[in-house]
Amino acid sequence: MKIPAGMEDGEGHPISQRVKEGYPTGYIGATLFRGDLSIHIKKEVLLPICRFLHDDPDLDLDYLIHITSVDYGGGDPRTFGDRYEVVYELFSIRKKHQVRIKAGVSELDCQIDSVTPIWKGADFLEREVYDMMGIRFSGHPNLKRILLPDDYSEGYPLRKDFPVEGRGWRDTFELIDR
Amino acid sequence: MGLTGRFESNFITMTVDNAVNWARKGSLWPLTFGLACCAIEMMAAVASRYDIDRFGAGVFRGSPRQSDLMIVAGTVCRRMAPVIRTVYDQMPEPKYVISMGSCATSGNIYNSYAVVQGVDRFIPVDIYVPGCPPTPEALLEGVLRLQDQIMSRKVFVKA
Repeated sequence: MKIPAGMEDGEGHPISQRVKEGYPTGYIGATLFRGDLSIHIKKEVLLPICRFLHDDPDLDLDYLIHITSVDYGGGDPRTFGDRYEVVYELFSIRKKHQVRIKAGVSELDCQIDSVTPIWKGADFLEREVYDMMGIRFSGHPNLKRILLPDDYSEGYPLRKDFPVEGRGWRDTFELIDR
Repeated sequence: MGLTGRFESNFITMTVDNAVNWARKGSLWPLTFGLACCAIEMMAAVASRYDIDRFGAGVFRGSPRQSDLMIVAGTVCRRMAPVIRTVYDQMPEPKYVISMGSCATSGNIYNSYAVVQGVDRFIPVDIYVPGCPPTPEALLEGVLRLQDQIMSRKVFVKA
């Protein structure tokens, strides 16, 4: 992985070193930008790495702040050509340190393992990512839309190929007569 | 008017329409329907500095059954639209709607898949108050204009 200039310190960070030692095949690289450590991994090892980050007494990343996703449109070097990227913000309440985990998801195999077995709070966060970006989380206990209606049929609004004005749903009203 | 001055000084004469409309415009009970930041200005209009109660429109009710006026204050999302419609239908006649701010009026900058481009797409609106958000004075002006409108209405119409 080509690390952008000025962000090379992430490779030498003790947390990324631990991940690199434990999961040499899944570890891709790490960046440090203004104090924020981001570790890029392959999605196949997401669950073991998250379990390690959560259980290791020195890392102790017990709190999942947020899950979000990015649509790079494909062909982006940051995701090695994968169109999507799922981003996990982890925090240790006792150690007071924060780590960002990034995993690329391709358009053809648009799914990633659910981290709900590790952090129960991932439930709603993953549902939101599924709702807005259409990335499926395998192993999720209740993967359905959370913000949009269950029968919403226009697709996934945060994808870059979704028209901003939608596809007509905003003008459909059941009770239009006066 | 031939009746003027024919009664004692504590009598006034007017049309029934006038009397009813005067009563209606003087006690507009608004429904609290804040949807976004416009609601902050609406609250400011209710509070002591601007005091919407001076125009008889200060008794905000939490129930549509007790309200005459719905102030739609804020961005109307598509998922909120059926709720607004239901609440509007629950209000007893006569009822009035003020569309407060650019979002409720036209969707404002939110040309988005989830934002209704104007609340008048599914309920009738009497007064549009422009602004982003409108100042409390603007909302008061809207209430005054609505009162003018109410005064010009016919209450009793021959069938």
